[in-house]
Amino acid sequence: MKSKRDLAGFLLSMPGVLWLTVFFLIPYLIIILYSFLTSGIYGGVELPFTFEAYTRMLGNVGYWQILWKTVWISMISTVICLGIGLPTAYFIATSKKSNVFLTLVIVPFWTNFLVRIFGWMVILGRNGVINSFLQLLGLAEPLALMYTPGAVILVIVYMYLPYMILPLYSAIEKFDFRLVEAAMDLGATRTEAILKVLLPSIKGGIIAGIILVFIPALGSYAIPDLVGGTNGAMLGNLIARQLTVARNWPSSSAISMIFLLISTLGLLFYMRINKVQSKRRLTIRESYMREEEI
Amino acid sequence: METKKVIGKRRFSLTVTTLTFAFLYLPIVALVVLSFNSARQGVAWTGFTLKWYSELFRQADIWKAFLNTVIIALTSSLAATVIGTFTAVALYWYKSKLKGYLAVLVYTPLMIPDILMGVSMLIFFVAVGIPLGLITIFIAHVTFCVSYVTVTVMTRLEDFDYSIVEAARDLGAKSHQVFRKVIVPVIMPGIMAGFLLGLTLSIDDFVITFFVAGPGSTTLPLKIYSMIKFGVSPMINSLSTLLLVGTLFISFFGSKFRKLIF
Repeated sequence: MKSKRDLAGFLLSMPGVLWLTVFFLIPYLIIILYSFLTSGIYGGVELPFTFEAYTRMLGNVGYWQILWKTVWISMISTVICLGIGLPTAYFIATSKKSNVFLTLVIVPFWTNFLVRIFGWMVILGRNGVINSFLQLLGLAEPLALMYTPGAVILVIVYMYLPYMILPLYSAIEKFDFRLVEAAMDLGATRTEAILKVLLPSIKGGIIAGIILVFIPALGSYAIPDLVGGTNGAMLGNLIARQLTVARNWPSSSAISMIFLLISTLGLLFYMRINKVQSKRRLTIRESYMREEEI
Repeated sequence: METKKVIGKRRFSLTVTTLTFAFLYLPIVALVVLSFNSARQGVAWTGFTLKWYSELFRQADIWKAFLNTVIIALTSSLAATVIGTFTAVALYWYKSKLKGYLAVLVYTPLMIPDILMGVSMLIFFVAVGIPLGLITIFIAHVTFCVSYVTVTVMTRLEDFDYSIVEAARDLGAKSHQVFRKVIVPVIMPGIMAGFLLGLTLSIDDFVITFFVAGPGSTTLPLKIYSMIKFGVSPMINSLSTLLLVGTLFISFFGSKFRKLIF
């Protein structure tokens, strides 16, 4: 009976294992391999094995500048999301119509990603909504709002704000407001109580929100490509340029490896934090399986 | 003390929330309004028109891209739903030596940035020699949808009463019968939700598709990208508005539909 059950588990695992190994894992292994090869003359890769792609990357000031810009654009965007997201999530969680507000947060995200970027291009552009309005007020020169790092930050905040609001909402919603009451009874002002009682106990939601915004922000490609111009290019654009324009596959692979490393660290950090919560669910599941074996 | 006093008057958070919603809806409202503006350039209002909509319907390449998007979305989310459902059941109930490995394969794609997935797949397809086109887009979409379907089905499995599987076994059902006649019908809402999620992810995807698409396999997001990037026509406003109405309709209909059957 037990071996039959093992067989069933094995067979059910097979489609996922095969598909994801071939089309997810192997492509990454190829990237790792390629990052240690020499770039071919007409694109592609050649032997011998070399660290050239890495040494060239680490020795190039341009790479470091883009890496640094990518990190700070993502960090500022995350901080702004947190700043906007906390009061919004607080309001929604303490509102009687929280379902309506939550739906309103999500509805814009039913629209295509590129359409939403384009909406901002229409607003920020040289002949856009803001500049036309300013010209009505008598401003002579249109402002250069588009193709700046600021435009990239604005659109990243717009895209990933719900990823901040939703985990914050579910953390605040679970929070027992009687604790704030107790703090106030003991002499704290409301602001103090919120800062010293509410914030520490929704730490899990805050960290989840930060990671859910920061990691995709790091990987931005379309946003800096469309609204960033040359001044707002990020790591994703560099990888694409190395791959499609410079046709230097080892270099593109090496930058991807650095990127993968940063994302993996974020993922591990996230899993560590989530462990406590998922442990409980796991115990329930394990107990099912143990019963089954008995 | 009343909860009201504890929560406060929320003056600050109300202000921020109002601004947040203005921020969230500003670009969408701008697009919808401008799609009816007769001016070819700029945003100054020069009169109401529907000509951008009629022009849009005469664009054969947009229809072709739309058709490609629908074909890819339906086929890839169907395939991902089948693979994802098996994977979810395997991960949730069965112990096998592959379990840890499979879990890593399922959860990693959720956190990997799209650009890395697109680049690694492009390099893979070129290295293996699969010509870029609809088939490579299909493979890529199945790959990123599987993880989402698996996670969605697994949340449904969490409320599954395992004793009915034991009951079926005690009554003599074989493994494949248990799967087909007990597990699948009960987790059907999860499977449907996974399928719908796969559809929306596939329809919306730009970055991964951008890398693995070949000549002649343009999808709607790719078409929108080239319209935005090279030469903006007001047609893009009307296309955006139609897409918005379409997705709103599908989401609304989808939630009604879900309520109806679940």
